[in-house]
Amino acid sequence: MSARWHDVVVMTRRNLLHIRREPAQLSDVTVQPVLFTILFIFVFGAGIVIAGGSYKDFALAGLLTLNLTTSAIGTAVGLSTDLSTGVIDRFRSLPMWRTAVLVGRSVSDLLAATLCVTIVGLTGLAIGWRPDASIISVVAGFGVALLFSYAVSWGCACLGLVSQGPESAQGVGLIVLFPLAFVSNAMVPTQRMPSVLRFIANWNPVSAVAAACRDLFGNPNPSSTIRAWPMQHPVVAAVGWSLIILSVCAPLAALLYRRRITE
Amino acid sequence: MPTDSTIQAEGLTKRYGDTTALAGIELDVEAGSILGMLGPNGAGKTTAVRILTTLARPDGGRAQVAGFDIVTEAAQVRSRIGVAAQDATLDEALTGRQNLVMIGELSGLRRADARVRASELLDRFDLTDAADRISKTYSGGMRRRLDLAASVVSRPEVLFLDEPTTGLDPASRLRMWDVIRQLVSDGTTLLLTTQYLDEADTLADRIVVIDHGLVIAEGTSLELKASTGGARLSVTLSAPNAAAVAALAPLADGAVHVSDDGRRLHAAVRHGSGLGTEAVRALDRAGILVDDVAVLQPSLDDVFFELTGRPSTPSGTPETQAVPA
Repeated sequence: MSARWHDVVVMTRRNLLHIRREPAQLSDVTVQPVLFTILFIFVFGAGIVIAGGSYKDFALAGLLTLNLTTSAIGTAVGLSTDLSTGVIDRFRSLPMWRTAVLVGRSVSDLLAATLCVTIVGLTGLAIGWRPDASIISVVAGFGVALLFSYAVSWGCACLGLVSQGPESAQGVGLIVLFPLAFVSNAMVPTQRMPSVLRFIANWNPVSAVAAACRDLFGNPNPSSTIRAWPMQHPVVAAVGWSLIILSVCAPLAALLYRRRITE
Repeated sequence: MPTDSTIQAEGLTKRYGDTTALAGIELDVEAGSILGMLGPNGAGKTTAVRILTTLARPDGGRAQVAGFDIVTEAAQVRSRIGVAAQDATLDEALTGRQNLVMIGELSGLRRADARVRASELLDRFDLTDAADRISKTYSGGMRRRLDLAASVVSRPEVLFLDEPTTGLDPASRLRMWDVIRQLVSDGTTLLLTTQYLDEADTLADRIVVIDHGLVIAEGTSLELKASTGGARLSVTLSAPNAAAVAALAPLADGAVHVSDDGRRLHAAVRHGSGLGTEAVRALDRAGILVDDVAVLQPSLDDVFFELTGRPSTPSGTPETQAVPA
């Protein structure tokens, strides 16, 4: 078992070396969070009224979820890039744990997600966001968001493994993840959305995660009055969704990888 | 099968869609020896190597490498082999050193040991100066040396090199041959594929000739050349001379052919050293002046033509492109 873990560490380190070589890769977890914060809180959010609190206190959890969801595309692109070069053949001829290629990718992406969380949090604090709960609860909130991000990155791993190449992985990823992230309560309360969108938004895992974070941060949560089950029990729903996605996508990714490399 | 064979294959077949890449390959490589797998592009050499190195699964047949079955005991095979494919399989975003350390660690070395091994190999393959530059910036020859270094990080028992000198300029080819000889001087078993008879000739103990996925000839270099009837003598006279044919006839293995202008003579000759000298002496005794004499060894083309009735490539010669190392 420790040999497998060792292989994962080596693969993670390799991915981090890639980032060190080309730090601009991280723009979706460094620059985007800051940009989105400015865009949504000061540009779009200027007119949105939140019962029981300020827009920025409401929006932070949504920005967190939004950024973490869209940055998962990096997993798809990274895996797809590896598969399009000869380096996978090199790995395959070595006595290493085959799946370490996938797990190493998910670990390095989790580290990138942690960076994202930090930047969102710091940017939020800088513009006046304030949590209103115990430290443990706030940390738990970030933890729930990270768990969801980890799960989505395994889903993106599956996408990367079936894509023709890095560009199509990115393209498809954007088409899937952006609507997923935005048709939710991440940036606006859902009550005034048209009925179909409202329904989707209320049952969207992204909404559960954003609502869960709001509860754990002690921030205003307008979704709490909505009848749908995930909106009534957001923390359970958020963790539940993450575990379901993980338990489906991780083994699926392993299977897809095996299929993809078998000749 | 004999138990001291490090590579054994029986009836290996492989199809890719409608194409049959391998139609039943048999191999038997003794431990510590070098096998040259000789054949033109498309013969199935790369497919055979991919199967033996567990990168591809055969559709039929069996093979063992280092005593382990390539299909059912693939993991054990991988821990005993090194591979350098035709295209370098490096991580281009890492430096040469980082590549070698990573491969060392993934081969089971501890980080410190992997670092030492990497330095040692970088030195041996003359890459120390470039070691800390990204491998994407390396020249073609450097990339190939790094790939070769990568293939021996784990000190494998069996090494597979797929066309190690294709695309290199002549000087780099010779250097690469030296490197390869050193690599296996410690008893490593080597299977190398090549398009060039001279490469197989120089490096290999035994040669198998592959065409259309089948082994069509097998033996030592001498045996194969003898089967094609040997070398060709080519002489260019200063001026046409009817007595030249008679002078060369004793050396020839068959008829002596004369070109239309009477100055150039060709004949098949048996193998032997000093043929050039004998030819010149014979003509000199007859008082004939010689401008040029050459003893042409059989090429892959000749072996192929002999074995298959057609040249190895449509143009008749193996493709070469010079790439500075």
